[in-house]
Amino acid sequence: MSKETGGRVPLTRRQALEAGAAVAILGRVQPGAAQTTAGVPTMTVSFTVNGRPETLTVDTRTTLLDALREHLDVTGPKKGCDHGQCGACTVLLDGKRINACLSLAVMHEGQSVTTIEGLAQGDQLHPMQAAFVHHDGYQCGYCTPGQIVSAVGMLGEHKAGWPSYVTDDLATGPTLSEAEIRERMSGNLCRCSAYPNIVDAIREVAGGAS
Amino acid sequence: MRTFTYERAASPQAAAQAVAGTPGAKFIAGGTNLLDLMKLEVETPTHLVDVNRLTLADVADTPEGGLRIGALVRNSALAAHPRVRRDYAVLSRALLAGASGQLRNKATTAGNLLQRTRCLYFYDTSKPCNKRAPGSGCSALQGFNRMHAVLGTSEDCIAAHPSDMAVAMRALDATVETVRPDGTERAIPIGAFYRLPGNTPNVETALASGEMITAVTLPPPPPGRQVYRKVRDRASYAFALVSVAAVVQAVGGKIRSAKLAFGGVGAQPWRVPAAEAALQGATADPAAFDAAADAVLAGGRGYGHNDFKLPLARRTLAAVLAGTTRA
Repeated sequence: MSKETGGRVPLTRRQALEAGAAVAILGRVQPGAAQTTAGVPTMTVSFTVNGRPETLTVDTRTTLLDALREHLDVTGPKKGCDHGQCGACTVLLDGKRINACLSLAVMHEGQSVTTIEGLAQGDQLHPMQAAFVHHDGYQCGYCTPGQIVSAVGMLGEHKAGWPSYVTDDLATGPTLSEAEIRERMSGNLCRCSAYPNIVDAIREVAGGAS
Repeated sequence: MRTFTYERAASPQAAAQAVAGTPGAKFIAGGTNLLDLMKLEVETPTHLVDVNRLTLADVADTPEGGLRIGALVRNSALAAHPRVRRDYAVLSRALLAGASGQLRNKATTAGNLLQRTRCLYFYDTSKPCNKRAPGSGCSALQGFNRMHAVLGTSEDCIAAHPSDMAVAMRALDATVETVRPDGTERAIPIGAFYRLPGNTPNVETALASGEMITAVTLPPPPPGRQVYRKVRDRASYAFALVSVAAVVQAVGGKIRSAKLAFGGVGAQPWRVPAAEAALQGATADPAAFDAAADAVLAGGRGYGHNDFKLPLARRTLAAVLAGTTRA
């Protein structure tokens, strides 16, 4: 950014970072077009992302997370540990939450992926997004897309009657107590430790869920 | 990650043939462990055979009153299955004690059985490890071995088996069903499925090249109370320091039968028939629990940082037996 531009720069932080990095490395901005290297095995795969059909030809090594972020410019799912330990990359695969970093894009032919970008209805936030805002369920925000998608998937699992490690009676679906929420969300880490507010947000959406 | 080619298998036998006939090939199902290791180049397959499309994801009652669990049944689906929750609670509890919600949705029954150790030195390709690079040595023997095994170890490897699910299946006398490249099938009792490290810690199971797990069968539910007790560093999402899977029947303070398997302590899911025989007919008291622990831990040894596992296993077993034999 030069001095001449003066006042406000109409760029988001992401756009500014992307532009800076791309100019530094490539000399041009080329979103959504990560390159494959000549001579390495590639495959074409089709799946839907947030309801939109996508077809990609990728290096077979491409994880679902990298396909989303580097090929489709769907950057809501975050790369934290890249080893399934932090949950920042959580997406819904055919409605069930998984770590997008521990899956290959080519394994998902014909499947449906939902990311944080796919939860809102237009300008209407998903109730879980609204609850995270209301309860201040984040500090730096890096883990937040994964937390919210994981929480949505977790409520679906609870609604289906799935027990958890802290469920007393395996025969009956438990009430979503704080202990249940904390156990069921243990795959999502927050280094800012916003856990109390995250739990409050999820409890609000879960409401009287039992 | 090293490059690899990829195919989707059309049938279990075709999958077995593809892996047996392609040097460097591996099956991939959930991929949560394999991809983790491939990123670190601990695993370097040159070809992946994706078995996820095979119809091996059913859970069905067997004519004998047991349960047949397809190889591709996800850990979360198995833990939530009504029959497992009702008749094999120890298995449901063990599954729920492992990993996270996201991982359990992806991880499969067969993949869980075949997961690799989390030994730090197995993961660190800059260090010697006989399991990863046979003949290179064991870094854990003199290293940071707090998480390592105290039973079934050798001078070449002291890695602990990481699974919770397999510990419950060991207590339940599960059988592993496989198909081989020539189409023949076999059933391997879980007690014969894992191999002790000895001087070949790179060989972990009885599976031959290309042999693929198709299902795990459980006999009819055993009588008694079922418990899975896991002791770990965090309340959730951590590997076991010690775990105990128990099915115990007691009447009037006397133990009729006990099936006990241990996780976190062994080179494989650990079970000692002599300990169970010692408990049969015994009065459920601390002396009996201690005698059982003596039998379980016979031949065990610590390697420094993990010395605590021997007394911890003894106390955990005593707590489990006290809980399951209480009136």
